[in-house]
Amino acid sequence: MIEILDPGFLTTVQDAGRYGWLRFGVPPSGPLDAVAFQAANALVGNAPGAAGLEITWTGPALRITRDALIAVCGADFELRAGRRAVPTWYSVVLRAGEVLRFGARSNGARAYLAVDGGIALAPYLGSQATYLPGRFGGMEGRALRAGDSLPLNPGQFDPFAAAGTCWSPSRRPSYRPNPTLKVILGPQREAFSEEGVATFLSNPYTLSATSDRMGARLQGYAIVHTSTGSSISDGVIAGCIQVPPDGQPIVMLADHQSTGGYPKIAVVLQADLPLLAQLLPGDQVRFQAVDLVPGDGC
Amino acid sequence: MIQYPRILPVGDTAFTVEFGATIEERLVAQVQGFDADLKAHPILGVRETVPSYCALLVVYDPQCCPAATMRLALKQALAQMTGSASAEGRLVEIPVRYGGVEGPDLQDVADYHHLSPEEVIALHTASTYRVAMLGFAPGFAYLLGLDPRLATPRLSTPRTQVAPGSVGIAGNQTGVYALSTPGGWRIIGRTPLVLFDPVRPEPFLLQAGDSVRFRVA
Repeated sequence: MIEILDPGFLTTVQDAGRYGWLRFGVPPSGPLDAVAFQAANALVGNAPGAAGLEITWTGPALRITRDALIAVCGADFELRAGRRAVPTWYSVVLRAGEVLRFGARSNGARAYLAVDGGIALAPYLGSQATYLPGRFGGMEGRALRAGDSLPLNPGQFDPFAAAGTCWSPSRRPSYRPNPTLKVILGPQREAFSEEGVATFLSNPYTLSATSDRMGARLQGYAIVHTSTGSSISDGVIAGCIQVPPDGQPIVMLADHQSTGGYPKIAVVLQADLPLLAQLLPGDQVRFQAVDLVPGDGC
Repeated sequence: MIQYPRILPVGDTAFTVEFGATIEERLVAQVQGFDADLKAHPILGVRETVPSYCALLVVYDPQCCPAATMRLALKQALAQMTGSASAEGRLVEIPVRYGGVEGPDLQDVADYHHLSPEEVIALHTASTYRVAMLGFAPGFAYLLGLDPRLATPRLSTPRTQVAPGSVGIAGNQTGVYALSTPGGWRIIGRTPLVLFDPVRPEPFLLQAGDSVRFRVA
């Protein structure tokens, strides 16, 4: 069991995501920073999609009722296991009953905690990923609270033997407060004037505090449409940049609606989504258009 | 002039196959026909598809099938397309209790069109609808085929909570809420059917391509 003593600002159970249900209106959910999430699982010997915790802004305090191998990846947190300082991006042993406490955060917004074996809540439509707007998945479809107990699968090996592995800095995303995200223009590029596309590609956009797991809401120079700013609803994936009539772009994230009626000026490359996931309100992004197949002009 | 159908990238993990840019039965049938083709003859690397009014979103794993290969495979599938989907989907009959607390906007819809509530019910139960797509919220079905005499604008202020099973009208569309969500559609009744039950073998009652008829419960 993982016992939650203090939940932090927003801590949810996430696994690889709920795939195959988008056609029924169910988004994938899952981690906003899939790279950090998978690294944490790899460090403790789990399958890449094993269920762990997504920790947002301020971290929790928790303990585990058995000896466990744990890893925290993503934003940097000052971590303490009992009295020991524990590094992030590193596999360490947490003794049964020892308290893991998240302290000050730097360089990023979210971190992922993986425990060997993985969390073992009942899946909902085949996944443990928490979808807050639908109030399902994870722990009763909600963020964790003090007093919650999360069941764990048994560990597969001796945690002491596997501890002490570091995730090489060269394999970590280079989080920064002003990243440039690579995008592929379209599919509704025609809904925008040349000037609108130029505005989008040549100006910084600031992350708004109203962002959540559904979408990163950005503010900056208004992107001008050629028409009314709404199109016929079609399918949406994480990374799609919708531009409502007010011209302020929204990048859809893991809890996105399955279909959308605002034109999509561009889509962020999947590999760049972790950089967006680690931004804090007030941070700025720029967008750079790339070709899907280099040299192909498309 | 844009030539349809066309294939456009949606980032580096999806393509959209567009059949047009209007809401009409013919295009919905083409989208669903192509979706059925991809189900019958799967392309390696396709993770899931999302049919909508005039486009099919094809989500794929680029590590399994590179973008250029996927685009070519979709192009070939389009060339071999056997035609549009006939009414192959199931016919689902949905009993509805119209009016009262379960259909608080029935009288407003009637007043808007200078009809009686009974005439609204008669028109709403007379059509056979096609599920064009699901979206907005889990299990929410957008239906084509609303009698134009019932087309009614949305509420100016959406409700913060709409009960599951609520049947609504918005513009020239009608739909059924599967989950309790906020919503601005005019609610004319409610069905006791459970549209979304996660522990059923088929959790969703409706899917794109199904035909729907409403009857008075």
